[in-house]
Amino acid sequence: MPTFFRRYIFSLDHKVIGVQYALTSLVFLLFGFTLMLLMRWQLAYPGQPLPFIGGLFGVANAPGGVMLPEFYNQLGAMHGTVMVFLGVVPLAVGGFGNYVMPLQIGASDMAFPKLNMASYWLYFLGGVTMLASFVLPGGAANSGWTAYPPLSYFATIGQTVWLGGMLFLILSSLLGSVNFITTIVQLRAPGLTWFRLPFFVWGQLVTAFLLLLAFPALQAAALLQAMDRIFGTSFFMPSGLVYGGKVVAGAGGGNPLLWQHLFWFLAHPEVYVLILPAMGIVVEIMTANTRKPIWGYRLMVGSAIFLGFMSFLVWAHHMFLTGMGTSISTFFQTTTMIISIPSVIILSALFLSLYGGSIRFNTPMLFALAFLPMFGIGGLTGLPLGLASSDIALHDTYYVIGHFHYVVAPGTIFALFAGVYYWYPKVTGRLMNETLGKIHFAGSFVFINGIFMPMFIQGLAGMNRRLYDGGAQYAHVKDVLHWNTFMSWSAWGLGLFQLFFIVNVFLSLRTGKPAGSNPWQATTLDWAATSSPPLAHGNFASAPVVHRGPYDYSVPGTREDFIPQHVEHADGEAR
Amino acid sequence: MLELLGLPPEASAHAAEIDRVIVLLHWLMAVLAAGWGAFFLYTLVRFRRGANPVARREGITAGWSTYVEAAVVLSEVVILVFFSIPAYSARVTGFPNAMEATEVRVVAEQFAWNVHYPGADRTFGRTDIRLVSSENPIGLDRKDPAAADDVVSVNQFNIPLGRPVIVHLTSKDVIHSFGLPQMRVKQDAIPGMVHDLWFTPTRTGDWEIVCSQLCGLGHYRMRGFYSVQAPEAFTAWLREAATP
Repeated sequence: MPTFFRRYIFSLDHKVIGVQYALTSLVFLLFGFTLMLLMRWQLAYPGQPLPFIGGLFGVANAPGGVMLPEFYNQLGAMHGTVMVFLGVVPLAVGGFGNYVMPLQIGASDMAFPKLNMASYWLYFLGGVTMLASFVLPGGAANSGWTAYPPLSYFATIGQTVWLGGMLFLILSSLLGSVNFITTIVQLRAPGLTWFRLPFFVWGQLVTAFLLLLAFPALQAAALLQAMDRIFGTSFFMPSGLVYGGKVVAGAGGGNPLLWQHLFWFLAHPEVYVLILPAMGIVVEIMTANTRKPIWGYRLMVGSAIFLGFMSFLVWAHHMFLTGMGTSISTFFQTTTMIISIPSVIILSALFLSLYGGSIRFNTPMLFALAFLPMFGIGGLTGLPLGLASSDIALHDTYYVIGHFHYVVAPGTIFALFAGVYYWYPKVTGRLMNETLGKIHFAGSFVFINGIFMPMFIQGLAGMNRRLYDGGAQYAHVKDVLHWNTFMSWSAWGLGLFQLFFIVNVFLSLRTGKPAGSNPWQATTLDWAATSSPPLAHGNFASAPVVHRGPYDYSVPGTREDFIPQHVEHADGEAR
Repeated sequence: MLELLGLPPEASAHAAEIDRVIVLLHWLMAVLAAGWGAFFLYTLVRFRRGANPVARREGITAGWSTYVEAAVVLSEVVILVFFSIPAYSARVTGFPNAMEATEVRVVAEQFAWNVHYPGADRTFGRTDIRLVSSENPIGLDRKDPAAADDVVSVNQFNIPLGRPVIVHLTSKDVIHSFGLPQMRVKQDAIPGMVHDLWFTPTRTGDWEIVCSQLCGLGHYRMRGFYSVQAPEAFTAWLREAATP
């Protein structure tokens, strides 16, 4: 009998590790969201003391409750870092990937359970490191989540700790991706051929390759930046720097653009790391709740693979304004337009999949459905940023913030909420409360658009991002400045509606309707396992054998409208 | 569409080219959003469980979506090849002859814009980082004969109407970005590198230089001013500024 520690803390079971990842990352999502709620106060009411909680942040951050630029920049840098590296990706990959993927391929666990455990604990260590940096002298990192040198070189000690935290997180991610790839390649149940894989597994597989191949670039870059800061090397420091009126000794010969290339070589594929698992979740939920297969399964798989491949060739579209000539900018504009094609195909396929369905509007389905138009808006508004000419006007404005938040927040995070509502009964054996879920959905949908839609208006007018006073100084944006208050109140409204989710997660543990093993009458193998499957690698009573594709819903002639993948022949099915 | 988007007023010769790309893309977005949005809402109502209790497994069989996707790709190709690439390329190549342009150096620093005019001799004086001080922000060597008539202006960038302007842009400390919203000009100022940009102002007016890259605590107030003046007014200003 494993001890308590082995069972729940240093567990080797993919389900426990998945839940550990999910809970930790949900806490980080809430934390990162809270950082933004603080920033939104300063943006809406610049220079006014934070009400009620202003005294909590100390004289160094908010004397008299009024946020200093020092603190605002920390919040900005850490909001981005926490949301991407500690929230969304660990939930999508570490949480859902770990819990669901082995079940969906009929495996008893991941290929390397100890590596899996190490991966979680490195992530945890990275997270703690990031959090701890807030109490350092000078606070946490404050040079943006992009950490561009030389600004990051001159930053306070928090930047060094940020780099250390990143090294832990990247190591964790690399161990995880090796494990995912091996598991998917080696441990599929008999009969589960590549084109019988649920789309979710495809999403995780492509994601794992992206993480494996892109993160080392940032790993290297973070080490180089740390060496610049600690040992006085000068990889990113050019000659002739004058900082604060003094010539910077020891700097010379480096190039700050090198960092940007290495950073975006990771950070663009990272966008697809955020989006592919989300698409996977949406496909699983949509097929189950339309009672029909996905439209163009093979086309979608091909698009996802192509998307993954192309995502390594577009990174410099984040750098159009760094002094690019015609040929390089043409290359990156063109690759950017090419990568939009598989995205358009996948999104179109999802829309088309609804046609002819018998749609059940339960909470997971509502979130999954909302993903489609929200991701659509996020994708389309990427076009003017992906073309170098229009980017001249829109670069570094709120248009950019609106664009990528539509992709990540009402896009990916909505898909993640959908996934929580959908697989919660598998984890706990109980369904989440539908009423609370629908209130959570409605409130979130309204308020999240209230935050991000006005950003396009502000961005087009030329309002820049990362301004401590929300742009109040600038005359050319004075007509769109008033949106700041509207957006901030929307953000706080959004925060309020998350309480319904938090309460639901805890309440349903005790009071949720017992779910049985397959509450959604879904076809994939995860629903063939018992609910709350036994730990210690006991996912399936007997090893499943797969006989069919992932989405055999509404097969003509059959008595029920779904045939699970492990069923060899259903009643009434044509032979 | 242009009015609807609410971009800053166009005040340079190439601004309309940039805006055309933005407008075309937003038309594409509007059409796609309306089309797919209508399809989406229709399917949600028509195929709700109450109205369609039994799903049709084969789903949609019409092939129009392929044509829609092809049309999207074609639109993107047209906008890319015929509008965006030429518009961007014109910004980074085809520089006017320096003799027919107003040429300046802009040196960014935390949190100010230093504008260096070569003066009547059209030659920039030598600069050296060891000469940098609070009175001499760009380290101009006043002993250099070419520097005698140079003008260094802090946070005030004056340019004459109707003549091309060439800016040699760099930074002393961290990365800044030189944004002139009404000119549709934005370019990162990167220490250790000099980037050239050019534009031709077509309207007189007083506007702001916007720092467009996070550059530290004072980023939000790294605001400069620029004025497009009638040529005579500009000449008079420059002459006055050059007088010690």
